[in-house]
Amino acid sequence: MEKRVIFRGWLLPICLVAPQLIISIIFFFYPAAQAVWQSLFIPDPFGLSSQYVGLGNFEYLLGDKYYRASFLTTAVFSVLVTFCSMIPALLLAVCADRLIKSSGIYSTLLIWPYAVAPAVAGVLWMFMFNTRVGIVSWYLGQLGYDWNHVLNGGEAMGLVVIASAWGRISYNFLFFFAALQSVPKSLIEASAIDGAHFWRRFFDIVLPLITPTAFFLLVVNVVYSFFETFGVIHTITAGGPQQATTILVYKVFSDGFVGQDLGSSSAQSVILLVVVGLLTVIQFKYIEKRVHY
Amino acid sequence: MAFGNGIVQKKGSHLWLTHLFMILGVLIIFFPIWLAFVASTVTQPEIVSPPMPILPGDQFIDNYKAALFAGVNVPVAKMLFNSFVMAMGIAVGKITISLLSAFAIVYFRFPGRQVFFWLIFITLMLPVEVRIVPTFEVIASFGLLNSYSGLILPLIASATATFLFRQFFMTIPDELAEAARVDGAKPMRFFIDIVLPMSRTNIAALFVILFIYGWNQYLWPLLITTDPEMNTIVMGIKQMFPSGDDVAEWPVIMATSILAMIPPVIVVISMQKLFVRGLMDSEK
Repeated sequence: MEKRVIFRGWLLPICLVAPQLIISIIFFFYPAAQAVWQSLFIPDPFGLSSQYVGLGNFEYLLGDKYYRASFLTTAVFSVLVTFCSMIPALLLAVCADRLIKSSGIYSTLLIWPYAVAPAVAGVLWMFMFNTRVGIVSWYLGQLGYDWNHVLNGGEAMGLVVIASAWGRISYNFLFFFAALQSVPKSLIEASAIDGAHFWRRFFDIVLPLITPTAFFLLVVNVVYSFFETFGVIHTITAGGPQQATTILVYKVFSDGFVGQDLGSSSAQSVILLVVVGLLTVIQFKYIEKRVHY
Repeated sequence: MAFGNGIVQKKGSHLWLTHLFMILGVLIIFFPIWLAFVASTVTQPEIVSPPMPILPGDQFIDNYKAALFAGVNVPVAKMLFNSFVMAMGIAVGKITISLLSAFAIVYFRFPGRQVFFWLIFITLMLPVEVRIVPTFEVIASFGLLNSYSGLILPLIASATATFLFRQFFMTIPDELAEAARVDGAKPMRFFIDIVLPMSRTNIAALFVILFIYGWNQYLWPLLITTDPEMNTIVMGIKQMFPSGDDVAEWPVIMATSILAMIPPVIVVISMQKLFVRGLMDSEK
């Protein structure tokens, strides 16, 4: 896709792209290259010199049981966040789609959580489940369930999953709702005349038509839970207990800034980079496909 | 919707059930925000002796005053200001540099154009979280820790906006550029008089998304603002919790949480149409 009509000159356009180019190089390409470079070294404890170790950092990481555990944690976490945010969103969108007249009010109310920062969402949920003052944990206590996400890894995971999924419900709702609105009503009416009841219509006609949106959301939500949930984890659990909620991004941060292990942290960044790259490729492949759907 | 009275709607006579489900959903989704609001209007003793009340108390003014003008480490008013500068800086900065470079890519053929295009494309794939350590070092070596530039600059290096504007510029009819050229207009005149006004809606939609993106940043301000005076509100909340066994000042913290969500919520609600449009645009 190219314009036929263009302006002449080369100095002006170069000046126009210069700001973005300079910022990208200084704050993007240089740091990314540094990450790759540093991943090949182990700095000495005083940070005075570093020793070239080739792929040693990567070998070490892949053999490290904590790192492998973090990979598994991330996988579990992102699958749970994706499903806990997509399924309620789909249900709400299906309902909103039926309520044509009042769907606007519900949408306005439902998009609130999107505006709440993940870190703030973390504080809100932590407050509700706080072991000392939390109202939900108190009522659970009354029911005889002793909630303690500070000590119990499974409960900690559950809490960060809910807090992360919460804000995403709004996002997914908006996309599902838009997709449902664009399903041709004539198709639905035709099958209604044929006697198909609501759920039959939903599974046979609506669901196949909104699969592209669902798949798009799947990828976007996985990317979200990989990176943008840092705030939730840092505010609620700080990766604990016993690293039960240390997802990969959190480990890059805690090894790099708290543990000052730059070589390992950089190697982790590079691995993450590959993971994001793969996800992006999947996303683009799918977008291509959707055109022919 | 025109088909509102069609056969499908008539068949769904159990709409009250759908309403009930929606209301239930909205209530559940709102509960955490409601509880935070209640906590910001009661006294500390009411919170630390559970269960806390679920209806607002009468400490609203006291708690918000305490948060805004005293805070815990730094007055929340200061953190609000910092967040505002950061969010505006990111939104305006990103939109400006992307408009310029998209204009150059679409309306000129210059040496290195393809290379530039691919360089920008690669930046799509790398969120800031992946390169935090080296980016932090770059900022530190420029002496930009605890500065607005340090908060803003690394986050405006991304390509989404450039691609969005490029996409939109491609749809501007060629006749307009042709006419401008025949009239002897300079490229920048064309940009200012024709392209910018035509992009108004896209710019506004993107602004909404970027403002929220900037406002809600957490990791980056956490790393580079060691001075409480430079904390943004979203990262500052966590700093308000005591490190040891001391009891957190819940009413003030919850008032701060509410204050932290008010600006982005206002933006989303008041510009809902633009927001939805910006969301759909920027993801595709």
